[in-house]
Amino acid sequence: MSILINKDTKLVIQGITGRDGGFHAEKMKAYGTKVVAGVTPGKEGQNINGVPVFNTVANAVKATGANTSVVFVPPGYAADAIAEASEAGIKLVIAITEGIPTIDVIRITPILERNGTKMIGPNCPGLISPGKSMVGILPTMIFKEGNVGLISRSGTLTYEMVNQLTTNGIGQSTCIGIGGDPVIGLHYIELLTLFQNDKDTEAIVLCGEIGGDAEEQAAAFIKEHVTKPVVAFIAGQSAPPGKRMGHAGALITSGSGTASEKIKAFEAAGVRVAKEPADIPLFIKEALKL
Amino acid sequence: MKIHEYQAKEIFAGYQIPVQHQVLCTTVDQVAAAFDEIGEAVVVKAQVLVGGRGKAGGIKFCQTKEKAIEAGKNILGMDIKGLTVEKVIVCKAVDIKDEFYVGLINDRNTKSVLLMVSAEGGVEIEEVAKTNPEKILKIPIDPLVGLQPHQARSVFFEVMQNGKHVQQAADILVKLYKVFVEQDCTLAEINPLVIDADDKVIALDAKVNFDDNALFRHPEYEAMADYDEDEKLEVEAKEKGLSYIKLDGNIGCMVNGAGLAMATMDMIKLYGGNPANFLDIGGSSNPKKVVHAMEYLMNDKKVEAVLINIFGGITRCDDVARGLLEAFSQMTVTIPIVIRLSGTNAEEGRELLKNNKQLITAQSMGEAARKVIESVKK
Repeated sequence: MSILINKDTKLVIQGITGRDGGFHAEKMKAYGTKVVAGVTPGKEGQNINGVPVFNTVANAVKATGANTSVVFVPPGYAADAIAEASEAGIKLVIAITEGIPTIDVIRITPILERNGTKMIGPNCPGLISPGKSMVGILPTMIFKEGNVGLISRSGTLTYEMVNQLTTNGIGQSTCIGIGGDPVIGLHYIELLTLFQNDKDTEAIVLCGEIGGDAEEQAAAFIKEHVTKPVVAFIAGQSAPPGKRMGHAGALITSGSGTASEKIKAFEAAGVRVAKEPADIPLFIKEALKL
Repeated sequence: MKIHEYQAKEIFAGYQIPVQHQVLCTTVDQVAAAFDEIGEAVVVKAQVLVGGRGKAGGIKFCQTKEKAIEAGKNILGMDIKGLTVEKVIVCKAVDIKDEFYVGLINDRNTKSVLLMVSAEGGVEIEEVAKTNPEKILKIPIDPLVGLQPHQARSVFFEVMQNGKHVQQAADILVKLYKVFVEQDCTLAEINPLVIDADDKVIALDAKVNFDDNALFRHPEYEAMADYDEDEKLEVEAKEKGLSYIKLDGNIGCMVNGAGLAMATMDMIKLYGGNPANFLDIGGSSNPKKVVHAMEYLMNDKKVEAVLINIFGGITRCDDVARGLLEAFSQMTVTIPIVIRLSGTNAEEGRELLKNNKQLITAQSMGEAARKVIESVKK
């Protein structure tokens, strides 16, 4: 088992004729993801290495039964593309695009809610259920099928964490990069719930960073609702206040959103917090008595 | 991106939000002339992109021209939290009957534009949020219909007694929301919104931050930017595809990805070192970026050693290695460089660098951090 994506995932790639879209389409196909369609307005009828291209997501869904979309559309058009997928009946949209204006994401949020569409991202590396499906830009070779779920606000830091797990013989059920923007789709609480209910996930790694209070909310939620062991890591302990640390959402404002507050919240909720990524596999092994 | 109060007020004026006549001055003579123009008691306000101006002595009420000149002398050139005041505005002093806080922000939790109103105007809202959070009224705005006049009226009826004041304040708020969405703000704040002796409601202060992600829609903002030295470096680096923030340590870092870059800095701190910067070379594998990154690290004279931490995903380690070799051929590098390559094409990358005697290699992040700190101690 896994969450959100699996062998039944039928993927449509929005922006497949672009450089990134085309490149990662091949990577996803190579991993075994069922890439059934691409969308680029005005290019219907084209074929990108065996993947048919459609003008609209609705056409793609109608012709192929696509149920998941990944968005590689440039920032100025990406929110519109996400909304289009939602209106076409897609239930899970993964928005890879970095740099979408926040107000654009806010504007389409009610549309997603109305249609019951879940969004991962934007500004995220996507997600993978090892051995089943990968949607996004993740380097597949470092993942291994197994029982640990991972949620992270970062991209490469996720790879670091996963690599630590895999090289220590710990596989993953699903790994999700939720995105580094201030306003994003599915967040810790929704994903913790999915992992808690996934019978093949036995432990959860949560990789947070400075900015906002989502980690504090996650800590409170874990205390009340999550019975599986959770271990955490928080990036940005040495970050200065008032500076955006690469991610639009990684910002300490007026003393709130700091790493130390988040670490304190997790520890108070009984979640072990790793001082460095290398601690993660050790904590997991202890928690699962491996 | 932050802009000054006077710039924010110019935007407000364009939306018919009542603001005071302001005279922008960069010299004491201009301050004196501004006093003559206004002809009665004035306020001299520092224009600096940091909060807490008032507490730092950057805002002065002046009854006489002499006082205004003195204030101009004191404030122009003043240091407020590390920033030098280069401009002030001079406005007529207002007789304040009552004052309020009004703010709009992009809110992560409600995924909406959040309206905040408080009767505790004129003080730092963060303070109110900490000590008396119940004194801030918060209303998430439906992005599909926007802020409705009745919402604006309701919220002001909570904090104001006089219906005429409420009507004016609500009108201002509806316009402020328009500014927020049309100008792609992350923050639009009036603190304080005041009722003056003539029962007029005016925006006595203005604070606006633009969404960096939306700058492509507003080329006109570039001319409004007022960056300090460090920020200039950051903006210039951004144009080269790098995310660079200068700090005050002695260990330069070059990392791919923001989260890993933060974690690398943390690791250096954890093992007792001090990072000189945050530097994310981003996702693509252009060797040129690595050359530019090395230039930033070498230009920082405090840097005594460098830690390069790459976990290849889209970024290919061999491209990073090529970039490094190119950098070495273009500049003289005499300080120790510790490099850790992992992920996509790590083997190829290591192979390319194996003959370089200057590089210290490491297998893991932890090892790399320990080695770079050791190299500085020597």
